[in-house]
Amino acid sequence: MGTVKGKKSVNPAMTESTVALLRELVAHLRDNRTELREEWARRITEARLLTAMTKEEIFAEATSVYDNYVEALETGTFEALQAYARNLSERIIPRGVETDEVVGIVLLLRDVLARSLFGKYRSDFDLLNRILDAYEPAANRIANTVAVGFVQERERIIREQQEAIRELSTPVLQVRERLLILPIIGVIDPLRARQLTEQLLQAIRANRARVVVIDITGVAEMDSHVANHLVQTVEASRLLGATVIVTGLSPDIAQTLVNIGVDLTKMNTVGDLQGGIEEAERLLGYKVVMHDSDSGGKKS
Amino acid sequence: MAVPILKQSNYLIATIQAALTDQDFVQLRDALVEKVGRFRSRGVIVDVTALDVLDSFASRTLRDLAYMIRLRGAHTVIVGIQPDVAFAMVQLGITLADVSTALDLEEGLAFLDSVDSEQARA
Amino acid sequence: MTKLISRDSGLEQVRIPIHSDIDIVSARHAGRSLAEQVGFSSSELTLIATAISELARNIIEYAKFGEVTLEIVNNGSVNGVRITASDTGPGISNIEMAVRGGYSTSGGLGLGLAGVRHIMDNFDLQSAPGSGTCVTVTKWKL
Repeated sequence: MGTVKGKKSVNPAMTESTVALLRELVAHLRDNRTELREEWARRITEARLLTAMTKEEIFAEATSVYDNYVEALETGTFEALQAYARNLSERIIPRGVETDEVVGIVLLLRDVLARSLFGKYRSDFDLLNRILDAYEPAANRIANTVAVGFVQERERIIREQQEAIRELSTPVLQVRERLLILPIIGVIDPLRARQLTEQLLQAIRANRARVVVIDITGVAEMDSHVANHLVQTVEASRLLGATVIVTGLSPDIAQTLVNIGVDLTKMNTVGDLQGGIEEAERLLGYKVVMHDSDSGGKKS
Repeated sequence: MAVPILKQSNYLIATIQAALTDQDFVQLRDALVEKVGRFRSRGVIVDVTALDVLDSFASRTLRDLAYMIRLRGAHTVIVGIQPDVAFAMVQLGITLADVSTALDLEEGLAFLDSVDSEQARA
Repeated sequence: MTKLISRDSGLEQVRIPIHSDIDIVSARHAGRSLAEQVGFSSSELTLIATAISELARNIIEYAKFGEVTLEIVNNGSVNGVRITASDTGPGISNIEMAVRGGYSTSGGLGLGLAGVRHIMDNFDLQSAPGSGTCVTVTKWKL
């Protein structure tokens, strides 16, 4: 979403006079780009912001931010700036830059540019007022856009990390041929529940499992949403040809299941994990014997 | 678009290759029922590996299919439901209740064999 | 890869007339393609495609013909996909029951709306006897 050569597209919601004023102050900011940028970089160092970055790095980023800032002022549209802010955040967050620093430097730039405008138009008080009327809302929107972009990027990174942690903490174990065990420990929120199901279904297919033992001994409590999810997991597994045995059902959880309308007699449940594995082996063993034509139809 | 149906000894294997319209589904159902009668097949496998969606219509038609084939003395197994598809089905409350399912063709055949020998014993 | 779409700029929109069962399949494919651009996971794509199938099927079964509109939307911070299924058919007389799942999907009378509502993030149903039906659902890519 960069700039188009030639006429730049401007926010059509702006009035003619605002556009003209912005064009004038943007010209000023572009003409004085070098000094203003240096002034800003100096103020950043003075305020002890971006200490995690080197001077060269700050200068390089400062140039991009400055140009994007001025461009946003000129066009009155903020998509490019938002995209840039997220991109910048993606690069500096791993460096340890914090939200207050990012907000800080943008506000500093706003001030440096405002002072420069004061300086240039101080002899014409009326014009100065009109220039500031055009500048202030835009500058504030810019600060907002950059800050929000940074925070969103941060949140996205945190979510990704949480996801990675979740995946690590819920392994599906293959203990025997055609038999999978999924021990669930701790608190399950709806998102984790969904991930568990997805992982389990993929594992059933990859391992060609015929029986799955889901052990919920380690689950303290379960609300009706998650209980529903457990039922759905059992049903989805069946669609993939796998039988599910649920073990470690506490009386509380059993009650929750009954409350949401689950017929426990239809669900394959066994008291503990060991018992569940034995039941699973029995199911698998039974099927193997059925196959055995040499035994002349002998049942296990 | 006709779904290819193969005859493998006592079984019929229908392998769906691409998304089916409602009409295609109904045609498949009727073709299988007719062939089961003609060949006196003992089992039918419908392979839905290529289907990226199994909605309520598909589910109803497959259940009708299994029921009608049962009336002709044969057993039906649906194989190859993708994990994503199974997940979507249960979330939307679309069930294949009373219809046998297996992971893939190999499992499906093993299942039919076991049902067959059990019936032979009876 | 997520493509950021502005509320101000032209949103990507696809309209599919629904006249026959073939159109149901087209609507599903179009929906999957569009949702792919938003960056939904494989399992989410299947959910969306299945929901579209149900909504498009309702149009054919109850109204004979109608339209499905698919669009990429943005609520200010995240992108999503919006599906609108509309028709000028007889309308639903008992909306409460339809949405709560009072009509069973297994018996062939099913509207599947309870299921669609369950998997989508936003659900809106406008309908009245004689004035058609419009179902709008949205799923956000979080």
